[in-house]
Formats: sequence, structure tokens, C-alpha cells
Amino acid sequence: MKKIKCALIGSGNIGTDLIYKLKRSAVLEPVWMVGIDAASEGLARARDMGLKTTAEGVDGLLPHVRSDGIQIAFDATSAYVHAENSRKLNELGVMMVDLTPAAIGPLCVPPVNLRQHADKLEMNVNMISCAGQATIPIVHAVSRVQPVDYAEIVASLASKSIGPGTRANLDEFTYTTSDALVRVGGAKRGKALAIINPAEPPMIMRNTINCLTEGEPQQARIIDSVLSMIEEVQKYVPGYQLVNGPVFDGRRVSVFMKVAGLGDYLPTYAGNLDIMTAAACRTAEMFAEEILAGTIQLRATEAA
Amino acid sequence: MSTTRQEPELRGRKVLLHDMCLRDGMHAKREQIPVEQMVKVATALDEAGVPLIQVTHGAGLGGNSLQHGFALASNEAYLSAVAPKMKQAKVSVLLIPGLGTMRELQSAYDCGARAVTVATHCTEADTSPQHIAYARKLGMDTMGFLMMAHLNDPDGLAKQGKLMEDYGAQTIYVTDSAGYMLPADVRARVAALREVLKPETEIGFHGHHNLGMGIANSIAAIEEGASRIDGSVAGLGAGAGNTPLEAFLAVCDRMGMVTGVDLFKLMDVAEDVIVPMMDHMVRVDRESLTLGYAGVYSTFLLHAKRAAARFGVPAREILVELGRRKMIGGQEDMIEDTAMSMAKERGLLKDVGRKAA
Repeated sequence: MKKIKCALIGSGNIGTDLIYKLKRSAVLEPVWMVGIDAASEGLARARDMGLKTTAEGVDGLLPHVRSDGIQIAFDATSAYVHAENSRKLNELGVMMVDLTPAAIGPLCVPPVNLRQHADKLEMNVNMISCAGQATIPIVHAVSRVQPVDYAEIVASLASKSIGPGTRANLDEFTYTTSDALVRVGGAKRGKALAIINPAEPPMIMRNTINCLTEGEPQQARIIDSVLSMIEEVQKYVPGYQLVNGPVFDGRRVSVFMKVAGLGDYLPTYAGNLDIMTAAACRTAEMFAEEILAGTIQLRATEAA
Repeated sequence: MSTTRQEPELRGRKVLLHDMCLRDGMHAKREQIPVEQMVKVATALDEAGVPLIQVTHGAGLGGNSLQHGFALASNEAYLSAVAPKMKQAKVSVLLIPGLGTMRELQSAYDCGARAVTVATHCTEADTSPQHIAYARKLGMDTMGFLMMAHLNDPDGLAKQGKLMEDYGAQTIYVTDSAGYMLPADVRARVAALREVLKPETEIGFHGHHNLGMGIANSIAAIEEGASRIDGSVAGLGAGAGNTPLEAFLAVCDRMGMVTGVDLFKLMDVAEDVIVPMMDHMVRVDRESLTLGYAGVYSTFLLHAKRAAARFGVPAREILVELGRRKMIGGQEDMIEDTAMSMAKERGLLKDVGRKAA
């Protein structure tokens, strides 16, 4: 079966993990890995896995986009360079899946709103953050039952799973995730907290989701909605598991999740890495399925 | 290592006292200190000559949350009320990256804060560069604060402190968040920092009194070169409280150290203002001693007591389990989670199920 050819930009933890995910996909094929350091381990690993590589950044990829038939690119660099990367590739008709906190395109959480984005043929969709992917489905599961006045999430991450980019830019992570709790999760107000825990052996990613409902929570309906949402997420992240809750305290609904990864690039504790790459892969697959079926056609954007 | 140093060596040594009543003390008050009371306490501390006073939610900037509790007023409201009343004291705030952000730091500065403690877990200093740099850009007195310092060895802690110094921090703190450290632990860490930091970079020590070691540990830190000591009047702070500042000051006076703070006035603040505010006597008791003994974050104390009441598992057992699971500051959600998991194992709680369709 024909597959849609993909480029990966950024050869760190996320880019590398994506290679594994794309190689398993029935509709996606990883072809290029873009880095900025010729001596980087990430590029060497990509070459070993059969990808073409460039150390010249996105500009090193551009001349090959048409000849190699690249239609989808994943950006796992930083919020600061994403806008330029996206502009250059969109002009060539390449659709961008953005894994940085740049969020210039619409925010995407697959079980909540992927269908809408595919229907609108968005040329850039943003994957928010690992914490966003792990918590927004639950916030949405509550807000589709009754209005949520405030959603607050806490993501606990193993120190070894957090790369230097995220560490140096924690505020961007906080802002993007908080904003997405509202825009995608459906809460009226949102707040995201991140904790980096250095315990050895590394702790598995944990997420606590608290929602304050408007009026008394409709407990039975919320429990049903949350449990069925968890099954939706498990379709692409099998290690997404409920630990405790939903538990109710007045208007507060609390859900305690654990996310184990598949152990592709980093060990299973790094569920944060997996949920991000799996969501990005799922998103690209939906676009790819439509392209292959001929129901959508990617078009080059107008040069600005 | 200098274990034989004698009292007179500290004579004339300058030590800056940094009071925590209105920040760490917020934990002990479940964040419920009214604005007027904050002003009253801060004014009394200012009058006694305390040069640096921390004022915010217990978890600092961005602290108002379900995770850490909602205070009676916003950080901005507290700061705007306190800062203009200070005659000589400078007001500091706490910022923990991942919770507080640069936007909130700017806002605190606009309300009169002129010093900031940027706090990370003792192995995660590299989550603080943007906040430390931003604080310096604002011209704030910028302190890097390595929490749960007992969980990193002296050399490891020194490397983390050096990172914060590189980002721009002017003081690096050894922070005994669990009140677990003994004087030898403090000495080794302060000495390791002194070894790698620039001479002009100050070293601070922030103690908790869970093992009753707050004063002894602070003196040990000074002997190795620390010059800033956090404490709180009457010990109002998380766990068994911070180093009781008036008692520490009395020791400083006896040893001939120079603080510029009036002992009798500070004693009066403790007795007449702070003690009457306490909801419970902040002291070494069964649970706070457990924190110090097991090395658990002091702020977990009241959360564990609440979870114990809700799920029927004793607070001491929850705290020990949190220590075993290596939970760190900021993971207060894991207290409820741990208590629920323990309650399930004991048959006190069941998993939720879907309604029969």
C-alpha cells in the first residue's frame, strides 16, 4: 500500500521517538530527519534507521521536498524557530504537525477535535504539550457532561524524560497548556502545573486533573464519560491508565492518571514522550488516510 | 572540614535575616492570612529591623490553585498592601518554575517586590534560567534556592548552585525543605558550594525545625561561609516550622554576629503578634517529626492530615509512603492519590465502575 512520505525536524528525544512510531504506521513513512548539528547522535541514529538526513536545518530539506514527495512534516524543534519552518514548508504544500509550544495553528487533541481539523484541511496543527495531550481529553470528558468553571492539571514528569529545550522554556509549556485547557478542554478557566521529579528509578508520568463544575457534579454521567474517553485515548496510547477517581469533593472532580510509554526510544517511564508522539502520529495518519483516499488534497499556501 | 571551630570566629560576622512568616507561614495557616494581618506582621518585623521579608502564597507566585490552596487575597493584593508600608525592609517573593511564571514575577515587581527566591528541586536547576535572568533584568535581589537539598550530594548540589550562579543568581541557598539535615550535612553542602561559587556570590540556608535542628544547622552553615539565614518569627512555617528567628537571633547576639535586628522587639513580635495567629501550635509533634525523620517535604503535613481524615489511612503512614515513593515539593496531588491507593489496598475504598448499561 502507498504511504505518505514524512520529514522529521529536530533530532532530539521527540524526533527520534517519532521515527519508531512512523515506521509502524500503515499510512506514513519517515524519509527525512532534519537537524542542525552534523555530529549529533540524533542524526546518526536516524541514518542508522534508514532515513536521509541534513544538518542544515529546514533549508537543507527544502530542495528535496518535491523530488522526494514529502507531504507531511513534524516539527520538534522550539517555539522560536517553528514559525519560519512552517512558512517555508507550507509554501511547498507540506502540512505541518507542530510539536513545539509555538501554537500558531489550531490546537489538536485527537479524540476531542482531530476530525474537525482534517475536515477543514488545516495546513498546520499544534499538538500543545505532553501534559495537554494527557489531560485535555479528561477535561473535555467532564465539560461535555456539564459546564466546567475551572480546570487545573498537574503533570509529574521523570527528570530523565525532559530535554534541555523544555527545561529552559518552562513558561511556554505552562502558557500553552493552560490556554488549551480552555480552548480545547472546554473549561472556562485553566491552569497547568509541571513538576520534574528526579527519582531513581524514574517515575512513570503522572497526571492529576481537577475540574470545578458549575453546580453539583452529575457523578454517574461524569464517570461514564471519563471511562469512555480513556478507552478512546488507549486506542493510540495503550499505556494511558486510570489510577484513582473520578472522585468527588463538593464541586471538585479529581482524576488521577498514569501514562506508561511503549518504550520505543526512551524507557516506559517516559509516557510524556509517547503520548505526544502518538498523538502527532495519529493526527498525521488521519490526514494521510484522507489524502490516500483522495478526499483531501494539500495545497501550497500563498507566499507571504 | 572544620569541626573544631570555636565561637569567637563568628564574632563580627554579618548575617542577613530573611523572615518567612508571611510565605512559609502561609502553609501553616492554610493560606488564610488576611491582608490586614500581613500588614501588621510585616510592619512589626520592619520596625524590629528585619531587612528582608518574604510575602506571598505559601507556594509563591502562581500558588493560588486547587493543588496548593487558594489564599484569602491575590499575591498582588498582599504585596501592594505590604510593600509601601516598609520603612527599611525589602520585600521578597518566591517563584517555583513550573508553577510561577515571568508574567507573575513582573506583576509582583510592579506591586513592590524587590527580591526573589527562584526555587527548584535540588537536581533541576536548569529549569530556572529564564526566571533568574528576568529577575536580574528587573534589578531584583535574586536568590537561587535548591530545595530538598538532602537529596543531592555535596558535589552534585554545588554543580546545581553553579548553574544558578551562571544564570545570574546572586545568592545560592541550601534548602532543607524536609528538616532532615544534620549539621554535618549542612556543613558539607555549604563548603562544597563555597568552593565553586564566585567570592561575591552569597550562600544562604533555609531550615525547617522538624528535628529541632533549625538553629544548629543555621550556625553550621554560617561557619562554612553562609551569610543569609531564612527563619520565621515564632517558627510560623510548614512542618514544625522554620528556624525560629527570634531564638536564632538571640544565639547570633550571644556569638557576637551582626544582624542589625533588635532582639527584644523580635521577641515581642513572636509572642504578641505571631503566636496568637497560630491555628495549631507549630512545633515538633508526631507528624512533623515524621517529616524530618523520613525526609519528606514539610508542606505535605497538613495535606496528609486532610487525606487521612478523608480516606481513613493514618497521616504518618501516608507520609512514610510518600517518602518511599520519592515525591518532591509540588506533588501535593500525589498525597490524595497515595492515600486513595492505600485505602483501596486496605479495602476502605473501591474503584469506580460504569453504570450498568
